[in-house]
Amino acid sequence: MRQVAIYGKGGIGKSTTTQNLNAGLAEMGKHIMIVGCDPKADSTRLILGGLAQQTVLDTLREAGEDIDLDNVMKLGYGNIKCVESGGPEPGVGCAGRGIITSIGLLEQLGAYTDDLDYVFYDVLGDVVCGGFAMPIREGKAQEIYIVCSGEMMALYAANNISKGIMKYAKTGGVRLGGLICNSRNVAGEAELVAAVAKELGTQMIHFVPRSRDVQQAEINKKTVIDWNPACEQADVYRELAKKIDENDMFVIPKPLSQDRLESILMDYGLMEA
Amino acid sequence: MNPRDAVLEKYSARVYKNRKDHVLTVPEDGSIPEMGANSRSLPGIMTERGCCYAGCKGVVVGPVKDVVTITHGPIGCGFYAWGTRRNKARPTIEGEHQENMPMMIQYMFSTDMQEPNIVFGGEKKLRKACEEAVEIFHPKAIFICATCPVGLIGDDIHAVAASIEEDYGVTCVAFSCEGYKGVSQSAGHHIANNQFIRRIVGTGSRPMPNPYTVNILGEYNIGGDGFYEEELLNRCGIHVRSAFTGNASIEELASAHEANLNLVMCHRSINYVADMLKTRYGTDWMKINFIGVEATKKSLRDIANYFGDQALIDRVEEVIAEEEAKYAEEFAYYRKKLTGKTAGLYVGGSRSHHYQLLLKDFGVSTILAGYEFAHRDDYEGRDVIPTIKLDADGKNIETITVDKDPALFHTYLTEEGAARLKAEHPEMELNDYKGMIVDMDAGAILDDDLNQYETDEFVRLLKPDIFFTGIKDKYAVQKGGTLCRQLHSYDYSGPYSCFHGAANFGRDMVMSLYTPAWGMINAPWKNRASIQAKVAVGGES
Repeated sequence: MRQVAIYGKGGIGKSTTTQNLNAGLAEMGKHIMIVGCDPKADSTRLILGGLAQQTVLDTLREAGEDIDLDNVMKLGYGNIKCVESGGPEPGVGCAGRGIITSIGLLEQLGAYTDDLDYVFYDVLGDVVCGGFAMPIREGKAQEIYIVCSGEMMALYAANNISKGIMKYAKTGGVRLGGLICNSRNVAGEAELVAAVAKELGTQMIHFVPRSRDVQQAEINKKTVIDWNPACEQADVYRELAKKIDENDMFVIPKPLSQDRLESILMDYGLMEA
Repeated sequence: MNPRDAVLEKYSARVYKNRKDHVLTVPEDGSIPEMGANSRSLPGIMTERGCCYAGCKGVVVGPVKDVVTITHGPIGCGFYAWGTRRNKARPTIEGEHQENMPMMIQYMFSTDMQEPNIVFGGEKKLRKACEEAVEIFHPKAIFICATCPVGLIGDDIHAVAASIEEDYGVTCVAFSCEGYKGVSQSAGHHIANNQFIRRIVGTGSRPMPNPYTVNILGEYNIGGDGFYEEELLNRCGIHVRSAFTGNASIEELASAHEANLNLVMCHRSINYVADMLKTRYGTDWMKINFIGVEATKKSLRDIANYFGDQALIDRVEEVIAEEEAKYAEEFAYYRKKLTGKTAGLYVGGSRSHHYQLLLKDFGVSTILAGYEFAHRDDYEGRDVIPTIKLDADGKNIETITVDKDPALFHTYLTEEGAARLKAEHPEMELNDYKGMIVDMDAGAILDDDLNQYETDEFVRLLKPDIFFTGIKDKYAVQKGGTLCRQLHSYDYSGPYSCFHGAANFGRDMVMSLYTPAWGMINAPWKNRASIQAKVAVGGES
């Protein structure tokens, strides 16, 4: 079982990329579970064809400690098992603690079965507190992919997340598998992301071009492969799935200093000197 | 080597650097040394201190008798603060029996926060708890005390309090006294003081039987001390409007501003209220002490002199004479049995001072004294307050300033009158406290934030006949053969205040000193080999 966590700046397309990638893996015959680690609980919408899922924490709140796995785990496209951690509304309580509670509970309930090839954790935004680092602590996720673009704040976040990975790499054995560039059509984007990846000691594992197909599929509450298996973007995600399945480059990242990050951005013409 | 140096010598350089300012010897030349106080305890040191919540809920807020005090947090904080302090109360207000008076101090209320409340926030559960409290207990007010997780997840307890007030018309005051705040329980006292001034004092009014009306600030009525004090003052013709907060009702606290003088017992835990009452309402305060025969006499005379009525001054002398005559025989007996003994004291932020005076009445000298959570002014006197450097921990605790309330401002003495009084009675501590050190003998050890190692070592080196402390370290000392009495709970005895209390104290001391059971017990390993072995020589076996 490979446990994979997807991180990245908020709004960069983590959930979309994760689900499309998972559709590709499912098409290859892989057994997958997605654990959504975002209080908004929208990490499995495209796989399930809607948001109607009961979250782990909602169930915990309503049912007390007596929870059945069936209540919180739903099967979606390609028999992908979907779980949403859920959490409090913005500005209340402690979402980080929620994720810790939720993952602990899933383990207790026996969600991590041997037949699974992959468990994916789709984690909210930047690493803001210990709770959001939960999937990479204590030997859970072993590999991380960071979704980013050629925009400065996305790369800044990627670098920050690398710092978190470095911290837990020493104790938990987590490794960085690569950067996934989810294109925003910035000039020289692929070169810039590849350069930052190289500097971090990793790779840009795949460049996902911007496509209207992704939005079309999302409106239809489907992944691209599910919505239009023949379109060009479906092949892009199939290739990403293949690359991740075959990936053997797992590193402890070497985060950049702020100055170094800015100088790379300047080299690629994003910032004015 | 002197005992201080012998104890400190064992420390590593880093620990020594910190502790050397907190452990001092009272100088021979009568000067007052600068004490290290109110700073963080070192990690690894077995401190006896409590937390901010303990200071707020446990000490200052908890004793108010007709209020439901809800501990918002996991159950442990509430449970261990349930009935652990002997703050007594009677279901009456100012002597009148009230059939329907809500009596809350025997209860403990907690929201019992659990994991989902941490994740999703605990405000709804807190609101529910307040609603239930209103419906079931009809309290005069609700206090909400925060514990650590409440601050971490950011529950807005003040908003909940405001909504309860609006919906139910019952006073509801929240205290942000999360345990991690500050360096000791002292932070919690300050937070409680601020809210009393902000939300309660000045909101009520009650009839005043006579102008000689006082509040006793910092009297928590442990073992009933406050009962003795009120009784004694009443006999002198002095009326007690309220006590902060032993046996207090919310109505008494709300009308505390109408009194003409504030008497301060525990300076540390309540001096903020004393200061703010003076600024806002003009009421003078006076440091008094009803622990000890001489201290009680001085306190009564100071109060009478403050009011300046010859009839009152005469009445106080009559009462003193009556009381002294009543207990003369007992006092003489205890003095005979106790004279020449030595004591060590490690309590709170005022008791270590107060009890030295009571011990002195019986001929017991204090050779070691320290406070758990005091500030420099409690050791050195209030003159040093302007020179106290606030560190980050201190700045992190809210300090509020109040303005004069023109409608309620009233002064018993004019400024000239107060100045004249001070000149006539230089020993009177009017709006002032001279601290503990000034009353101590040269050569005695001062120890701030005494820890377990220092307790063990000082008891071993100084061999006091009695060591006064609290429950945490009592039994280690007592089972080592040194008499150890708790001054937080009085070992379930007391009251120890005023003349009658001094007699109780003398009785307890004589009783325990002359029953030195633990000193007669020898640990088996002290007089018997704990390992048996044969010595094998030259191949014999």
